[in-house]
Amino acid sequence: MKAKERLPVKAGSRDEGVSSGSRDFVTMTIAEQLFGIPVLQVQDVLGPQRITRIPLAPPEVAGSLNLRGRIVTAIDVRMRLGLASRAADKPGMSIVVDLKGELYSLMVDVVGEVLSLADRDFERSPATMDGRWREVSTGIYRLNNQLMVVLDVPRLLAFNGVEIG
Amino acid sequence: MVNDPLASETPRESAVAAQTIRVNVDLLENLMTMVSELVLTRNQLLQILRAQKDSEFATPLQRLNHVTSELQEGVMKTRMQPIGNAWAKLPRLVRDLAHELGKKIDLQMLGADTELDRQVLELIKDPLTHMVRNSADHGLESTAERVAAGKPDIGRVTLNAYHEGGHIIIEISDDGRGLNIDKIKSKAIQNGLATEAELAGMSMQQIHQFIMKPGFSTATKVTSVSGRGVGMDVVKTNIEKIGGTIEMNSVEGRGTTFVIKIPLTLAIVSALIVECGGERFAIPQISVIELVRAAADSEHTIERIKGTPVLRLRNRLLPLVSLQTLLRLGDKNLADAEETFIVVTQVGNYTFGIMVDKVFDTEEIVVKPVAPILRHIEIFSGNTILGDGTVIMILDPNGIASATGEISLAETVRGKAATVHTTRHEEKMALLLFRAGGGAPKAVPLSLVARLEDVDMATMELSNGMPVVQYRGRLMPLVPIEAGLDLSTEGRRPVLVFADGDRSMGLVVDEILDIVEERLQVQLSADRPGLMGSAIIAGKATDVLDAGHYLTRAYKDWFGSGSDSYEDERSATRILLVDDSPFFRNLLTPILSVAGYDVTTVDSAHEALNLCEAGEDYDVIISDIEMPGMSGLEFAQTVKGGSRWKDTPMIALSSFSSPRDLDRGRQAGFNDYVAKFDRDALLYTLSQTLAEHRGAA
Repeated sequence: MKAKERLPVKAGSRDEGVSSGSRDFVTMTIAEQLFGIPVLQVQDVLGPQRITRIPLAPPEVAGSLNLRGRIVTAIDVRMRLGLASRAADKPGMSIVVDLKGELYSLMVDVVGEVLSLADRDFERSPATMDGRWREVSTGIYRLNNQLMVVLDVPRLLAFNGVEIG
Repeated sequence: MVNDPLASETPRESAVAAQTIRVNVDLLENLMTMVSELVLTRNQLLQILRAQKDSEFATPLQRLNHVTSELQEGVMKTRMQPIGNAWAKLPRLVRDLAHELGKKIDLQMLGADTELDRQVLELIKDPLTHMVRNSADHGLESTAERVAAGKPDIGRVTLNAYHEGGHIIIEISDDGRGLNIDKIKSKAIQNGLATEAELAGMSMQQIHQFIMKPGFSTATKVTSVSGRGVGMDVVKTNIEKIGGTIEMNSVEGRGTTFVIKIPLTLAIVSALIVECGGERFAIPQISVIELVRAAADSEHTIERIKGTPVLRLRNRLLPLVSLQTLLRLGDKNLADAEETFIVVTQVGNYTFGIMVDKVFDTEEIVVKPVAPILRHIEIFSGNTILGDGTVIMILDPNGIASATGEISLAETVRGKAATVHTTRHEEKMALLLFRAGGGAPKAVPLSLVARLEDVDMATMELSNGMPVVQYRGRLMPLVPIEAGLDLSTEGRRPVLVFADGDRSMGLVVDEILDIVEERLQVQLSADRPGLMGSAIIAGKATDVLDAGHYLTRAYKDWFGSGSDSYEDERSATRILLVDDSPFFRNLLTPILSVAGYDVTTVDSAHEALNLCEAGEDYDVIISDIEMPGMSGLEFAQTVKGGSRWKDTPMIALSSFSSPRDLDRGRQAGFNDYVAKFDRDALLYTLSQTLAEHRGAA
């Protein structure tokens, strides 16, 4: 629990998208691609952690870690998205999300800033996108110089046909 | 903070004796969770302290340590309940049994004030009740037999509970006939569990173990209470589920003793920390018997039979399980390792060794459930956080034993006899096979048969043109298997007694063959009255009897026509049974289907609600109250609060049936409330509720 920072999540941001027509996302980068998770689903952002391997677990499960006395299951998002493993010299970061009372730590390369994105920039995922990516994303935001894929946390955490919760 | 220890915060100071308050269980659970966290933090602090010599934190931390231990103990105590609570209904049960079976039974209960965690108490209540029934019914001989054997005519069933180590020991013993080795042997051969040669090589203990197998009942006499083949295996599974063990000791002619060993609490356990393949794991201390170091220079070395590692331990071969292979932790050859530690583990009566690289300390750990995506890995029973802050997985010896079941089967007879069977026998049904009226053997669901009697045909009388016998002070009509078949008036004939309420009828047969546990699949439907059809049972074509036909035949002719329509009405009635305990689902389903209801079972309220959404309809819903997830009360509220089923009558089933519970059940929307195990009350309530409902509709 070293490089850890609390995100400034305000209770007032719950009415997102209603009046302003925009939503807040925590951005992150995996293999040069920008991804986003709705800010309200994010509990914590962690630096590199000591992770206990879990034998016999699905390959996407990197292990479990201790977050202030709670046991969090670490998910290797690269593995989940069908990408190669991260180079050993890159430490990586994690985003902790809460799904039905259980905490999961999504291991990504770099966690970026919180962006407030307008609804008019949102689009459904193109049908030609990689099937595995389409399965775990809700859509895409057009940013000025790049595209951001919105990850759907429940679907991201439902793999091998194992439904969570 | 440093100078002011937490001593002043201990809650025990102000406790005034003989005063009690009611506290919500959730609050206590919450408190327990908090204390568990505190224990973990304390462990972490102590770990840090150990690394630093002469720290000024040493003294306050020591005090914190003590206070935490006391707090933990105190909170644990709030969850403790005397085991006598689980026993409260037993004297009545035994008295009824004694009356019904015509035996004299003395039930002795010792150590009723021994306390254990309420969660554990809930879980062992049903198995205990079942075992006491078993002892009273099967264990004890009839009064006449006892006198003939030179024993006092009053049979004794003793329940004894006490603390030992961190465990509770419960002994259930009777001074009855003991287990009959020959009967078990022949039954084991018959069921294909072992061959004669294997049996010859087994010890008495191992042969006794067969009674824990599914579908194993040596009772030749089937009574309304036991001998249905659903029993000890369910008990065993239930006890093992909470990390307990069950052992038995039986001397023929002298009695049987069952010893159940269960942990005091499920929340905090003492565990041995081991390392394997660079990863650390915890093994619950309760299943660890001893540790053996095996190295080239020590007296113990690991030997291999076709690659399978074994260890010679005190002139026995101990099957070994390599944790490294089992968990697929790399493929470093263990034979090259300089030394290996073997954790000798016992699951039930099956002893095996787990090979690990290193053994550390024992530590008090707080068991936390694993994440849902990992629940399917049966090797782990949970995970926890160690004193140094790392997360480690807790190994489940039961899971390891069943995961390696194949290995041990390939080994010696000893291994084979002791392998833990995890076979479930859902959907299977105990059937009574008999011969009557020529042709194929016939079968009838065992749960339908109230008793088997041997009737002297000379005592048969004719009344109103029907053959009857005097049976327990009443007249019981005797029915032959085929109408018009004359009943001879000589010799003794076996009779299957079907009972309904206080009426009973006897079906005269030629010979009782066997009791088997089979999945009943009627393949050919018969047009002959009295037969449901044919099925393959025990490898033979067998006629399955339609007991309802015989019941109505006896009733219509004898008791008037009132019961006729009653029977018809029942068979069309659909029941939904919601109960999380497989024990009860196994127990109740046959009872209800025998009573003529069409039973659907689910193990949670959620599943029941899914059925509701799926458009299924039932005439009545029977639901357990204490269930994990959605409780029965919440379920009732949801159903009555505007679901499609809001007009369906609901009956609550619970171990608690005080007036207060009854009230709460009514408020939640239940039409009636029945105590578990009260079979007659359940059937009565069912017919009452249905009648009321139909009257209202």
